[in-house]
Amino acid sequence: MVGRSFIREIRKNSALFALLLPAFVIVLVNNYIPMLGSFIAFKDIKYTKPGFIQNLIASPWVGFKNFEFLFKSNAAFIITRNTILYNVLFMVLGTVLAVLLAILLNEVTGKRKAKLYQNLTFIPYFISYVAVAYLVYAFLSFNYGLANHGILKVFGIAEIDWYSSKQYWPLILTIIVMWKWTGYNAVVYLAGITGINSEYFEAAQIDGASKMQQIRYITLPFLAPFIIIMNLLALGRIFYSDFGLFFQTTMNIGALYDTTLVIDTYVYNSLAVTGELGMASAAGFYQAVVGLVLVLTSNFVVKKLDRDSALF
Amino acid sequence: MAATLRPPGAISRKAEFVIHIFFVLYCLVCILPIALVLIISFTDEGSIMRNGYSFFPESLNLNAYRFVLSDTAAIFRSYSVSGIVTLSGTLFGVLLTAAYAYPLSRNDFAYRKFFAFFIAFTMLFNGGLVPWYILYVKGLVIKNTYLALILPQVVNGFYVIILRTFMQHNIPKEVVESAKLDGAGEFRIFFQIALRLAMPGLATVALFLSLSYWNDWYNALLFIDQKKMFPLQYLMYKVNASIDVLNTSSFVSNTADTVRPSESARMAMAILGIGPIIMIYPFLQRYLVKGLTVGAVKG
Repeated sequence: MVGRSFIREIRKNSALFALLLPAFVIVLVNNYIPMLGSFIAFKDIKYTKPGFIQNLIASPWVGFKNFEFLFKSNAAFIITRNTILYNVLFMVLGTVLAVLLAILLNEVTGKRKAKLYQNLTFIPYFISYVAVAYLVYAFLSFNYGLANHGILKVFGIAEIDWYSSKQYWPLILTIIVMWKWTGYNAVVYLAGITGINSEYFEAAQIDGASKMQQIRYITLPFLAPFIIIMNLLALGRIFYSDFGLFFQTTMNIGALYDTTLVIDTYVYNSLAVTGELGMASAAGFYQAVVGLVLVLTSNFVVKKLDRDSALF
Repeated sequence: MAATLRPPGAISRKAEFVIHIFFVLYCLVCILPIALVLIISFTDEGSIMRNGYSFFPESLNLNAYRFVLSDTAAIFRSYSVSGIVTLSGTLFGVLLTAAYAYPLSRNDFAYRKFFAFFIAFTMLFNGGLVPWYILYVKGLVIKNTYLALILPQVVNGFYVIILRTFMQHNIPKEVVESAKLDGAGEFRIFFQIALRLAMPGLATVALFLSLSYWNDWYNALLFIDQKKMFPLQYLMYKVNASIDVLNTSSFVSNTADTVRPSESARMAMAILGIGPIIMIYPFLQRYLVKGLTVGAVKG
């Protein structure tokens, strides 16, 4: 019987179970109870009673009403579109730039210079999005920003009210993400490049291959599995966004929502700003379920390509 | 021939020069935004009003910092909240992560597959923000407490898996078995042998944890509304929205300007927030690059 052998195992390895236990309990509370709690997406949560559990039980079931509201509103389309398009854009451009940077870093002659360049390009990774919001503001502030005062004015172009002009934000957000992550991502690819056996390059040089040919026929083919797997894993996360990016740097300004609102920020706004618990939990549930399907699919594909790189 | 002096396979001098130019420019792109904020924080408010933000301001002074720091209490509190959260969160986080990862790394532990799945599943699926928020606020009732800032990040599935893999590769089975034969109990093996052998892995997890605790503002956004519990990053966020979050009534300008230095003060606040990270940056970066490679070890 499973039960009995489990108990025997606990007796035998009680110390190992004791080590597991604290983190196990925390994960249970932190992750699993909210998973069970996702049923509230099918309820109309009201706080009328004093107790926490009583309220959850007492709130009436409403079936798919919350989802109906969500998908009848324009919001569902906008946030899904924005989330997916931004993620695709960041994946494609991010990979190209990170691989390019890694290849260039690998070609830098002089160890100390290479180290210095790597260290400096890594800095943006350490800056929190709250701080990034300040950096962005220093450039885009209407009254004092460098973009309006240092650049547009000099060329005699009319100043732009960046924080109410939604059309510029896809570009602005892309620049921010590339600025913050390229140095970090390049490290991963650089590790891949330095792992290539140098005999391949030596043989190619003897055969008279140019640097470009070596990159084209040795470096890139070797990096291909890395690139594919990193992107497939990112594909599994395509329904999730970096909350800090979309919340902080846009300062959560409503006039920009058309091009900046993503599922994560929508859920937060519905919960904390407008207090629409039903919409918030429905959107959260939608994200979690579609996200799970996507991550399982991409993991399945990764596993087919390279067993070791799969998540599970 | 000069070319023969160069190592075989090296790129031409011209290409080398182009690459160096590229990196100088790219490094400037990485640093200049931070430099701009630093310069603005020292810029005289009057010259901001006249010329906007600039890399080359007319006049510099310390008014912005005197203004921000006139609310000594708030700044000091925020530093200490962030410090306490970062230190205790990292310490508990590393211990909990290691204690969970170690049994998973042991081939003779029968239920390791189940417990590995239990933790890995949290990376794939979550209940969403709302049930989690309700649990914290109405269930555990930990609004405005340190617990609300520490608990969310303290056990991270990704770090558990990284550390398990690291332990599998770096704690030889023979060492554990011979320690057992010598009469050491499991706890002793964990604390005295496993933790020591896993040190580089622990350091990596500690580094990532401390960075994410120090830079955290999201949990404060959700669970903190009392000013005395604001972590530094959250105070920065609040100041960006409105400088009036700071109680600066005791500030007296020491220049002819009578305007409040609110534009430069914003940026001074940003520098106070970024400063500690930049200062320990050389140390951090060396270990993080190593850490990324630790994470790359496949299991």
